[in-house]
Amino acid sequence: MIRNLATELSTRDAVAATTLVLLLVAAPFVVGDYLLSVILIILYFAYVGQAWNLMMGIAGQLSLGHALYVGLGAYTAAALFVHFDVPPAIGLFAAMAVAALAGAVIGFLAFRFGISGVYFALLTIAFAEFTRILFSHFDWVGATSGFFLPVENRTSSDLVNLRGTSVMFYYVILTLAAGALVFVRLLAGTRLGYYWRAIREDQIAAQALGINVFRYKMLAVVISAAMTAVGGVFLAFYYNNLFPTDVFGIHRSIEIIVAPIIGGLGTYFGPVVGAFLIGILGEGLTNATEAAGIQTAGIKQLVYGVILLLIIKLVPGGLWPLIARRLGFSIKERRK
Amino acid sequence: MTPTIVATVLIGGILTGCVYALMALGLSVIFGVIRVVNFAHGEMMAVAMYAAVFLFAAFGLDPLHALPLVAAGLFAFGYALQRRLVEPFVRRPEHEQFILLLAVGVILTNGALILFGPEARGIMTDYAFDSYAVGDIIIDKTKTIAAIAAIIAAAGLLGFFRFARTGKAIRACADNLIGAEVIGLDVKRLYTLTFAVGTACVGVAGTLLAMIIEVTPALGPELTLLAFVIVIVGGLGSMPGAIFGGVLIGVSEALAGLLIVPSMKSMLSFALLIVILVLRPEGLLGRRPS
Amino acid sequence: MSAPILVIDDVSKSFRGLRAVAAVSFDVRAGSITALIGPNGAGKTTLFNVIAGVFAPDRGRIVFAGADVTGRRPDLICHAGIGRTFQIVRPFPGLSVEENVTIGALRTGTAVSAARRRAGDILDLLGLSAKARELAGTLTLPERKRLEVARALATEPKILLLDEVMAGLRPGETDEMVAVFRKLNAETGITIFLIEHVMRAVMALSQDVVVLNHGRLISRGTPADVVRDPAVLECYLGEDEEA
Repeated sequence: MIRNLATELSTRDAVAATTLVLLLVAAPFVVGDYLLSVILIILYFAYVGQAWNLMMGIAGQLSLGHALYVGLGAYTAAALFVHFDVPPAIGLFAAMAVAALAGAVIGFLAFRFGISGVYFALLTIAFAEFTRILFSHFDWVGATSGFFLPVENRTSSDLVNLRGTSVMFYYVILTLAAGALVFVRLLAGTRLGYYWRAIREDQIAAQALGINVFRYKMLAVVISAAMTAVGGVFLAFYYNNLFPTDVFGIHRSIEIIVAPIIGGLGTYFGPVVGAFLIGILGEGLTNATEAAGIQTAGIKQLVYGVILLLIIKLVPGGLWPLIARRLGFSIKERRK
Repeated sequence: MTPTIVATVLIGGILTGCVYALMALGLSVIFGVIRVVNFAHGEMMAVAMYAAVFLFAAFGLDPLHALPLVAAGLFAFGYALQRRLVEPFVRRPEHEQFILLLAVGVILTNGALILFGPEARGIMTDYAFDSYAVGDIIIDKTKTIAAIAAIIAAAGLLGFFRFARTGKAIRACADNLIGAEVIGLDVKRLYTLTFAVGTACVGVAGTLLAMIIEVTPALGPELTLLAFVIVIVGGLGSMPGAIFGGVLIGVSEALAGLLIVPSMKSMLSFALLIVILVLRPEGLLGRRPS
Repeated sequence: MSAPILVIDDVSKSFRGLRAVAAVSFDVRAGSITALIGPNGAGKTTLFNVIAGVFAPDRGRIVFAGADVTGRRPDLICHAGIGRTFQIVRPFPGLSVEENVTIGALRTGTAVSAARRRAGDILDLLGLSAKARELAGTLTLPERKRLEVARALATEPKILLLDEVMAGLRPGETDEMVAVFRKLNAETGITIFLIEHVMRAVMALSQDVVVLNHGRLISRGTPADVVRDPAVLECYLGEDEEA
């Protein structure tokens, strides 16, 4: 129940965190290509999960359309790169701006017109689905046949153009995931963080304490959207191809929320822990089913579904608070 | 585009819309009484469709004969689901209910994918290509049968809530929960029955829809969204609203298929959903912040 | 006598044709402790909500510290200097007691660290320091009521609207609360405007009393005057007959 920032972070936490960071930094020298690509995807989910966590876990706004921001970020940076030779290091800002704008439009409509809870979640889905179909007919970025980035040299690293080896991509996403964790944790200790948590807990009481609920909810959506878009840029340049259904689909939005829920909504390490848990489990399952010679389509998702169900039924606060308590870490938890 | 074609498409839309209406009715009943949003609604619908397809393929059972079986199966499924899973969530935060049913939906969709594979599956009855001609207008026989069955089922449901003892008791729970508890109604049991009735609705609607369109695992989430569009357009929790919304969406989809690119037709539905959500606000504050 | 800080000018508010507050006018003197009493359903909480910006009045004006604040949003009302508690308490259940109060203290624009220190002082004042680290959702009802007061107080209001904060307290606890409000009022000069059913508290605390019945103002004056007013006696007796 201790909550405030680094001052109250015990040495034990610091040692654990440092060890984890060192392990992850050293990973490319230790593990093979396959395992590295697995950790890379895990870190990607830790990153976008953190962005979603900011909005839902901290500010209490349930978005089920975060794929929209991933997709807008991915397509914006990719289109700028392919059509205008704008390097992603610059395109990134355009991507964040476009996603932030989309978030602002959704937030404005929702919060101005009092759409909340389930209705808000449906609104976010509606926007994501609308955009998915829009992009399926958007020939400038390949419509349904997909949008492809040129695949070039992969031996040297070019950070500005995000072209390089998978080790470079690994360090990029590691930096992003760690940065997002620190960013969200620091933000939560500021005035903004307090206001967000107040709004999450009770909007009416928050307003009675002088908090401009509309403004701070807008900020949550816009910041979360911009952060998520950065994940989209990463995805576009890592995979080099984009398909509307694959990028904007509702299954993508659901994927984003699984890790923070399993790890612990509103906790800072929750999205990371959740991403590792399901990442390892998912890979294990894929390998096991392949070894057993079963066709794997759907099995991984099915297990995710079962785990999501068990977590929300048995430990709605997520696994990280449990683990942390068991290991004797100080944690920041929410609810109950 | 002749008036005949428009009329043909329009009637086809209305007929399909009747089946949509029945599906949405199930969602609306569950929300109206238990105040839980069934986010696995379309996935349950897909399960019912697969059941109908399976019964037809394995035993040559006509969908109309399979109807009671599938409805009973979905009733039992809904009953068990409410008892085992949803019931403890009735008083939990909204987002937890949402995630629970989302998880149920994910399990159903991928269960179907594992069992039946990604291919589209349909029912080819011997009357599948029959149609009635009214003047120059062509009316599909299968759709007509499905629509009539849907109307009968919807009427039965409305009658149940209006006249049957249990139906009235359920309405009492929806109107005034504390009052219902005070006069000694077994709210838990009535909630379970409501959920089961709602999913049985889906069982009937799914069987009927399987006569009209083919089912894929991916159809589930799409139908969930479609059901939400319908009930929100009509008014979440309102039974006449669900019926009105169902027919409206059936017609607008049919017309969209005729007037613009067919693949863009659901874009129209989502646009409609956004507009309705914005113009008919429902919020915690009740009052618009300005 | 000091000038009015809060003026209720001909305020009416109806819900679906039901007149909850009907053409009510009175004012609250700066630095006073004023009680708003009346039987259940008299419109007291509705009037509070109109003042606090939850509902806009159908008619009439609310003037606070010389400025017309009628129909302003609740957060702006708070910034204008009106702090409130809720009749049905609304603490932030998933946050600690200290965080609850810190959020109130941030209203003034101070840094988070300063707000936390101030929250600590206020928790001391209201005897909640021992619970500072507990989640607000785990508190007992009387504790939650005190937390509401603490949180509202932390916003540094010029006037504090207290909606039945002493309901459900034991006599000893009521006396403690009365002492706290007296001390606050005397030391900081804060105006306290409270809805209260506990007559023991009303008599002990307030200098002015305003009585509502069926949405109308039926009496006002000192506590001693009001309890002798036939109109007041009648409305309270009437309630007893119904009960």
